[in-house]
Amino acid sequence: MKNRSLVSINDYTKKEWIILLDLAEKFEKNPRQKILENYVVATLFFEPSTRTRLSFESAATRLGAKIVGFTDSSSSSVKKGESLNDTILTVSNYSDIIVMRHPRDGSARYASEVSPIPIINAGDGANQHPTQTLLDLYSIRKTQGTLDNLNIAFIGDLKYGRTVHSLVIALCEFNTTFHLVSPVELKLPSYVKQHIKNNNLKYYQYTELNEVIPKADILYMTRIQKERFLDPIEYEKVKNAYVLKNSMLEKAKDNLKILHPLPRVNEITIDVDANPKAYYFQQALNGVYVRQALLASILGVK
Amino acid sequence: MNKIRKELKVSAIENGTVIDHIPTKSVFQVIRILNLDNIENQVLFSTNLDSKKYGKKGLIKVSDKYFKPEEVNKIALVAPSATLIEIKDYQVRLKKSVEIPKQIFKFVKCVNPNCITNYENITTKFDVSIEDNGDIKLWCKYCDKYTAKDNIVFI
Ligand SMILES: [Zn+2]
Repeated sequence: MKNRSLVSINDYTKKEWIILLDLAEKFEKNPRQKILENYVVATLFFEPSTRTRLSFESAATRLGAKIVGFTDSSSSSVKKGESLNDTILTVSNYSDIIVMRHPRDGSARYASEVSPIPIINAGDGANQHPTQTLLDLYSIRKTQGTLDNLNIAFIGDLKYGRTVHSLVIALCEFNTTFHLVSPVELKLPSYVKQHIKNNNLKYYQYTELNEVIPKADILYMTRIQKERFLDPIEYEKVKNAYVLKNSMLEKAKDNLKILHPLPRVNEITIDVDANPKAYYFQQALNGVYVRQALLASILGVK
Repeated sequence: MNKIRKELKVSAIENGTVIDHIPTKSVFQVIRILNLDNIENQVLFSTNLDSKKYGKKGLIKVSDKYFKPEEVNKIALVAPSATLIEIKDYQVRLKKSVEIPKQIFKFVKCVNPNCITNYENITTKFDVSIEDNGDIKLWCKYCDKYTAKDNIVFI
């Protein structure tokens, strides 16, 4: 992975994902190692995403790296009309690796073509967000002891959530059985379902959340956004149908864990947080270890 | 060869290119794509000609012009069945089928309004694939979205 950009999860092989997860495990045991003291990490956030930026900056800082960059494009030369090409070339003079978030689809791929230093995509528009997929895989493996042969349920907006699409596609490498729970308007796109079929795996579609709870090893919850509905009445109808409450977890398997890419709105009630099955805050923390593993591998120090 | 000669007799050209076997509905599109409505050369075209192979076909003749490979690629997107015949001194110099390229650079716009190629000065790049019904679709190497045949816009 040394010097190789990560724009889409498919830029790395399954074998490389596993190497990263193994390395992330080591960082979890020992997160403060000054192995990047001589490196500068640029974090270019052309649109704000505090959560993702803090996770990357925490990962880099704990490894001793220095950070340069900007937190949104209004405070940078981008506002003055500088091209993406020029911004990337300029910043590459001052840093060893670029972490970028950008509102346009395909911006990270383009940056990786023009940049002399490696790029980590921290989200390009509605397109890719590969470090989210890696931290999801890490969280699943950590809580289940394996990635293989699991029953994984995805709940909520399966149509527009890129997090869901990338994770489903990655899980197709691990003999997963998929349980897809969503309103009819927000079903998983056919190209993702086709990918499941091409791998000879099974998926089941549901409109009721209760049905799926006893079957699942993982409940992956997502937010249903009001903007996705043309008719606000339709939104009002479905918004409460995909809310997970603690009382619904009685029939769940012992090993069940609940994941959510955060931020949540109301799709998991607060009373779930105290349940040991709730894993979404640890999931976010795992992002730091995965990003440490990624920075160290691409910079070639691990 | 004889058959081609017979066809060309009607309005034979001394030098230039004949684009044959164009789907009849695509003739005007080919004219626009190749910018034939804005050139000084003599252009003759026909639609709804009988064709053994295709039922109805279109044909375009352009005097004193030979096309570059990248221009030919453009035709392939709307007329994959087309044949190019280059004429020199009333003789057929070269006859070739238009081939659907595996990749397309530069001259097609990505249909995704949020694609970075629509905001920055970037050469577009697409992988070409064929759908079950035979239609072409283009996969943007930047934003990972497909542009269907009917949405293709030439830059
Ligand atoms: Zn595109």
